[in-house]
Formats: sequence, structure tokens, C-alpha cells
Amino acid sequence: MCAHAPTNKKVGSKAPRTAMPEQDPRVRVGNFSEVTTGYTPEMAMAEAQRCLQCKKPLCRKGCPVEIDIPGFISQIVEGDLDQAYKVLRDTNSLPAVCGRVCPQETQCEGSCILGKKGEPVAIGRLERFVADTFMAKDACEEITGAQACHLERDDLKVACIGGGPSSLTVAGYLSALGIKVHVFEALHEVGGVLVYGIPEFRLPKAIVRREIDAMRALGVEFHTNWVGGKTVTVDDLKAQGFNAIFIGVGAGLPKFLRVPGENLIGVFSANEYLTRVNLGRAYEFPKSDTPAYTGKNVVVFGAGNVAMDAARTAMRLGADKVSIAYRRTENEMPARLEELHHAKDEGLELLCLHAPIEFKGDEKGWLKSIVLQKMQLGEPDESGRCSPVACDGQFCEIPCDMAVIAVGTGSNPLIGQTTPGLELNKWGYIVVNEETGETSIPNVYAGGDIVTGAATVISAMGAGRRAAKEIAKRLLG
Amino acid sequence: MPSKIVRKRSLIPGQTSELVLDAPQIAAKAKPGNFVILRVCENGERIPLTIADTDKQAGTITIVYLVLGKTTAHLETLKEGDEIVDLCGPLGKDTDIHKMSGPVICVGGGTGIAAMHHIAKGHHMAGNHVVAVIGARSKDLLLFHDELSKFADEVLVSTNDGSFGVQGMVTDLLKERLESDPTVSEVVAVGPVPMMEAVARVTKPFGVKTTVSLNSIMVDGIGMCGACRVSVGGKTKFACVDGPEFDGQEVDFKELGSRLQAFKTMEQLSYEEFKKSHVCTCSNK
Repeated sequence: MCAHAPTNKKVGSKAPRTAMPEQDPRVRVGNFSEVTTGYTPEMAMAEAQRCLQCKKPLCRKGCPVEIDIPGFISQIVEGDLDQAYKVLRDTNSLPAVCGRVCPQETQCEGSCILGKKGEPVAIGRLERFVADTFMAKDACEEITGAQACHLERDDLKVACIGGGPSSLTVAGYLSALGIKVHVFEALHEVGGVLVYGIPEFRLPKAIVRREIDAMRALGVEFHTNWVGGKTVTVDDLKAQGFNAIFIGVGAGLPKFLRVPGENLIGVFSANEYLTRVNLGRAYEFPKSDTPAYTGKNVVVFGAGNVAMDAARTAMRLGADKVSIAYRRTENEMPARLEELHHAKDEGLELLCLHAPIEFKGDEKGWLKSIVLQKMQLGEPDESGRCSPVACDGQFCEIPCDMAVIAVGTGSNPLIGQTTPGLELNKWGYIVVNEETGETSIPNVYAGGDIVTGAATVISAMGAGRRAAKEIAKRLLG
Repeated sequence: MPSKIVRKRSLIPGQTSELVLDAPQIAAKAKPGNFVILRVCENGERIPLTIADTDKQAGTITIVYLVLGKTTAHLETLKEGDEIVDLCGPLGKDTDIHKMSGPVICVGGGTGIAAMHHIAKGHHMAGNHVVAVIGARSKDLLLFHDELSKFADEVLVSTNDGSFGVQGMVTDLLKERLESDPTVSEVVAVGPVPMMEAVARVTKPFGVKTTVSLNSIMVDGIGMCGACRVSVGGKTKFACVDGPEFDGQEVDFKELGSRLQAFKTMEQLSYEEFKKSHVCTCSNK
């Protein structure tokens, strides 16, 4: 690790963006510790001083939950980190998480005025710095202390089905107003994709747990192992007198490629692979009981952030070679640039312009190789991306003992099947009023991936915030 | 949420036990064919087990397990009053149970008999004529004979060594019955993969509807990973949300059997480590 403190004389907005210290790639592929190690107070101060404190901040408009960005950054410059944290918490229940996993380049930082001519302010890194510094003081007590002014309204209660980012935002917002919130989570741990999907080396689970403990301290009740649509239905919750119900069950149903041999041993959905490793802590096996497959020649299909997470996980679990097979080129990859760079530094190989044709196995059903078809880029399609076209007769077969499929997810049918009157669109996603988040059933709201299809953590939180505002308005007047 | 073990009954010493668990919210919802996912301890893995019975008044469910590896061995060390850390359910689709004109033959093998018991009971409650066909290697390994006898109209038993009932396999009894009774409406089979495959092979020429309850590897049990995927009629299905019951004639049993081997080496390693660390506990008993 090297020091990244600014060495030149430039200060303020003229100074270059402060780099983020990170573990050496050769070291980090051997562990599950966080790759980036966070700003020091000096780095944070240098970076905070780059902010121009715009009167009409574009960055704030770029943030789905509209954090007062100049506000918290000015508190860093003032040296009041407690106040900076309070500004963050006013609009974001999970700042330590968002500072790490938001695609800032298309949101707050993508709108920063400094980005027009140079590099934008590192808003995400500063958000993370503030949240980590505050939480490191074991701040649950302080957060609760701040809530003493809010009297709990024991006549009002709201239920959230699903314990991911959208529900956590609803819970954080409403509990701060004194409304009792119960969160019903199907898995044994709360956090949704934050605990089963995003790997430890990008988002340490201790941080997620700490933020959830802070909510518990605000009076939010978490019920794990309650499956929405099975253990608990919307009608059950209505009968129990909940004043409003928020559905945030995500889009967790994995899509497969539908090519021959996909059910051979060694072919996994990214969801299964990541759930085993993250939620089941398979990287500690046999200390933890959940096993994960250790492939030597691993091919990941897909090129989004989930594919990067799966590829980098496979490297850490001892693969000799990990490749990403993608139908288009590196330019079209939907993953964040930073993730792709991190993965390449760790040894990821790219197999661009290759589409899957078949998985081949041995007589016992174990994956041995994959057949790929070479592709070339054709005309741009409706989305503006060049569509891949098969090169006739050009196939290759490469050895592969583990494949991970990361080509997206669809809506889980459980809630739709068990909620009479809930309007769904043709893909099975819940239809809501875009202003309020309300579904076709009065006082039943929905948000996050179960409405939009797989998107980002912060957009789910934005949807949660929208619904929570409406719920608060109706319940509190 | 954690769940307390209300009662524990050893069915085959050291090998198979029945646990009655305090789980009112699951008991209230559970139907025949459903299963639960449980985690024994904080470092534990999630394993699926079929609900063998429910008592809605008492708020309990019953599960039966065979000690096969680390998690079930750990479960076997627990006593009445102990808690398992996570219990999640009811999961899976309910068994399709309705009034039928002819008898329903419910075939069970090994611990599958316990799972079959709940389905057979459901058919009995729906007013169907239930024929239970159960088998084991020998008399002392036979489960749930008394429980089934309480409501099943007929209980037919086979043992490999002839120590109880007829000598042979459950499929022999099933074939005999199908040959002598053309009115059979449905055959349900729960047990090891080779047994369910054999049942489907026996019923095929008779054209009788055959339902099997599949036991593929599961992680979440709520449809978000596809670990449990099986090929049914040439299509990929998730056993946890599309099943676990499917048409026995359409299931690719060979694929299911091989997929169950995926983690064999790691399962053995985990079990060996557990046995080493639990030597004292076991020898004290």
C-alpha cells in the first residue's frame, strides 16, 4: 500500500482527485478483506476542500435520495464529522453501504460540476469516510440519543416484506418519525443483496450489520425466516392491523442461458455461487458448513457487476484461471469501470465476442468444457448498443470445470401468487403509482427491484424513500 | 427465528429421529407436501427437510431426518428444550389433494416414509382411500408403520430380508397392487432417487398418474438461486418453488442423481471434521 496524500501545491478545486488506497492486487486475491481501505482524515480533508459548494448543487439532484452533499462536505471541511454524519443520515439510512456500492459516476459524481473539465469530487469516498468514522465510535448510542425527541407512536405500525435496501430505507425513515416498523425477511440475515450478493471484499458484512443494529436501536423490529407470500401474506398483515405495508422483495429469480448441458455439475447461477460464499460464508469452509465449488478453469457468463463479483470471488477461492465470456466487447460491458479494473488487476481474462452454445460434461454429469460461438458487432439496436451477430461456423471449445451464469434476474412469483388484487405487469413486476409507490391495493406500497427489475441499491433506496414519505404523509397528516 | 425442540423421539437409534418443533406460524400455514429450511447453529448451513406432520393447536411441526453428514449429525446431538437457530417455512407448493374416485397409493422408502405420511394423511382427510406402501432393508429400520396404520385404509410392508411384511421391494408390492386393481387413481412416491425412479418405471405401463417428491440440493429454498433445478419434461424447474412434487414420468432422475453428488467430497470432509471435534460428546452417551 502506498501513501496517496496530495504532493503538489495545488489546493481546493484545482487539486487532483484524492486517490483511494487499496490492497495490493497480488495480496488481495488471497483474502476476502475489503479491497479499498478508505480515506485517512488528511485525504478526506484534501478531497472535501475540492468541493465548490455550489448554490444550486447538481450533485444533489443526481443522488436518488437527494443527500445534502455540499452540506455534509462543508462539515468535513469544518472538522465536525458528527454533524456531517447527521446530514447524511437525514436522507440516507445506509451511508456506509452507499458510499461503497453506489455507481457514483452515473449519479452524484456524474453530475458534479468539476467533472465537466476535470475529475468530480469523490462524494462516495467522502460519504464512506464520514459513516465509517462515526460508526467506529460505536455510535449506536449516539444515534439513539438523537432520537430521544421522537416519541414512539404505538398506535401506528408499518410492515415491510423483504429486508433489502428499499425496505431498510422505509424502516429508517419511518422509525425516525416514531412509527413502529416491522421488517419480515425470508433469509436468516437481514440486508438482501447487501448480505447475499455483494461480496465481503467490496462490502464487509460487519458494516451492514452495524447499520442494521443502528436501526434496531431506533426501534425497528426485524423478523428473519419469514417468507413473504408463504409464512406471511399481505392479507395476514392487514388482519394484524398494520396501517401500511411495503413490499420490497427484490428480483431474485436467476435467469439461465437455456443452452444444452446447463444442469451439469459445476454450472451455477451467480445467485447460488454468491449466496453460498457471502451468506453461507463458504470461504471459511469447513469452519462454516456451507460448501462452495472450487473450479480451476472458471468461465463467468455476463459482464455486469454481479459477473465481476462472481469472477473475483472465484479467484479468491483458488481458481487457476477466471474468464468472462461476453457477447459484445469491453466497451459495452455494463459493469462499473472501477469493478472491471479491479478484476483485471486481480488477473481476470476477457473472452469478448463469444456467445455460449453448449456445456459439455463427462458420463457422470460433471462439466468439462464449453462450446462458444464467435461473434462480431453489428448495427446499433434500439438501446444504442451494437448488437452481437454470430460469425457463421466459427466455434471454439475450451476446457471449463466451473461456469457461473450472471445474465440477470427476474421477478420471484411468490408474492404475486399469494396477494389477490395485486396488479403485476407482463414480466411479473408490481405496478405502482410512480409518485407515491402505492400498488393497486390501497395502503400497500412497493419499491425496488420488484417494481423496476434488477437495478441498483441506491435506486431501490430512492423508491423506498418515496413510498415512506407518502406513508408518513398519510399517517401523520 | 429460533425454534425450540419440544419433543425428540429416536426412531432408529443413532440414525433417524423425529423432532417436534415449536413453530406456530409455520404450523398455521403448512400443508402436505411443504418443507422447511433449517440451520442448526450460527456457522451452520441451510438444509431442507419435509414437514412430516403439523399440530395447529399446539403450534408445532414434526420433522424426521436421517443422519447422513455433519448437519444431521449435529441435529442428532440436540436434546428436548434445545433450540435450532433458524427455521424457515412452509416452503414449496402444496400437494394437489382432492377427492378421487379410486384409491391413492402412497409409496415411501427410508425417511421418505415420514414425508409421505403427511401427504397420505392429507388424502385421508380429503376422503380418499389411502393405500400406504412402505419398505425398508429390515424390520428395525422401518418407520411410521404405527402412524400410518392409524388412518390408512391399507398398509402394505416389504423388507429386503423378509423380517417384516413381504420379502422384497416396495415396487413389487406396488406392481402387484396395480395389476389386481385397475381403479387406482394416483401413485405418490417419496424416498431415495433410485426408488422414485423405480416407482415411475413400474407405474408407466399402467398409465396411472405418478407424483414424486424430489430431494435436490437446496440453498435458499425460495427460488432465488436454482441450486435445486431439475429437468422435468425437458424443461428446467426449480424444485423449491415449482415443486418439490412433479410428474414422475417426466423427471430426469439420472440428472437428479448425479447433481446430488456435486459436493460429496466437501460433505465428507465436513462430516469428518465434525466427528473429530465431537468425539467426547458421542462417547459420553
